Amino acid sequence: MRSRAETWLWIAQRASAALLALCVLVHLATMIYAVRGGLSAAAILGRTRGNVAWLAFYSTFVLAATVHVPIGLRAALGEWLGWRGRSRDAALVAFAALLAVLGMRAVLGVFA
Amino acid sequence: MVISPRDADDARMSTLDVRVWRGGAEGSFQSFEVPRHESQTVLDVVTHIQRVLEPALAYRFACRVGMCGSCAMTVNGVARWTCRTHVDQVAADGSLEIAPLRNLPVIRDLVADMREFFHKWAAARGAFAPTRTKRDDFARVAPESAARRAIDAAIECIGCGVCYGSCDVVTWNPDYLGPAALNRAWTLVQDVRDGARGERLAAVAGDAGCQACHTHLSCTERCPKGISPTAGIAGLKRAVAAAALRGKL
Ligand code: SF4
Ligand code: SF4
Ligand code: FES
Repeated sequence: MRSRAETWLWIAQRASAALLALCVLVHLATMIYAVRGGLSAAAILGRTRGNVAWLAFYSTFVLAATVHVPIGLRAALGEWLGWRGRSRDAALVAFAALLAVLGMRAVLGVFA
Repeated sequence: MVISPRDADDARMSTLDVRVWRGGAEGSFQSFEVPRHESQTVLDVVTHIQRVLEPALAYRFACRVGMCGSCAMTVNGVARWTCRTHVDQVAADGSLEIAPLRNLPVIRDLVADMREFFHKWAAARGAFAPTRTKRDDFARVAPESAARRAIDAAIECIGCGVCYGSCDVVTWNPDYLGPAALNRAWTLVQDVRDGARGERLAAVAGDAGCQACHTHLSCTERCPKGISPTAGIAGLKRAVAAAALRGKL
């Protein structure tokens, strides 16, 4: 049993979950504000472009998801499909990279 | 069905439909008709079958009073200690299906092979590691201390395996140490006299250890001794994480 590595994965998943809970709340509030305020796409872009605080927040959001989702999937793959070992971890590193790239691409698309 | 004295005579006349597992991993249920009695336990039913109807039936029990932990079986789909489970509680419609405990190999009929279950207690470092000798004074542990109270809540385990047979994570990951072994480790992690805390935390960490627990609470719901292995496992998760954060894992 790789106790230490597994424990750090567990800590990372709990910490990212806490971060995600906060991010989702802020994100929902922002969505409601934008929709209720009837902001147009152009108005939204006007606020996000070049906004460093916005960039920092959504980058955190994407990275938290990148950490959280693959660790959860790791347990699900092991328990439900019996997929364990190196091949599973390699596949999940690739999946995490994909999440990070797609997420950051979207964030940068609205920032730049 | 609760039997009042008035209809006790009728009840004595009536019978139970009992389906009992025969064989090993492969096998089938065999049906028996067993006379119904007042205050009859599931173990009484199995004993009647073995003594009167089918002498070759294999099952295990010892104390018959809820102390030894050897009589656990799956009764109508739920793991239970059969010596203290009344038929009234579990067979409302007069039928019983009795199978060996889940998540363990079957030796024969109702006898599960408990070796793996106890190997995991050893793997979770379930043995006390003393720090004093007989020449030292007694350790003084305040009964009202938080650690001692946590131990009190978890120490009465009889090793019956009901929790182990009820845990889906054991089914999904056969390496998972399981609720009973982790509960035992938790009592020792709380024991101020124990000298193997570090090794024990390392032994119970990981995805075959405490972090694998999904907090389903099946173990807690089913434990006949009212123990909550789930709570102990949550405590182990915290202790293991704290040790890792301090670089001591
Ligand atoms: S709480 Fe944990 S140990 Fe208990 S049954 Fe659920 S997964 Fe198993
Ligand atoms: S914790 Fe409860 S259910 Fe599990 S082995 Fe001990 S007494 Fe039995
Ligand atoms: S026979 Fe001992 S606990 Fe049931």
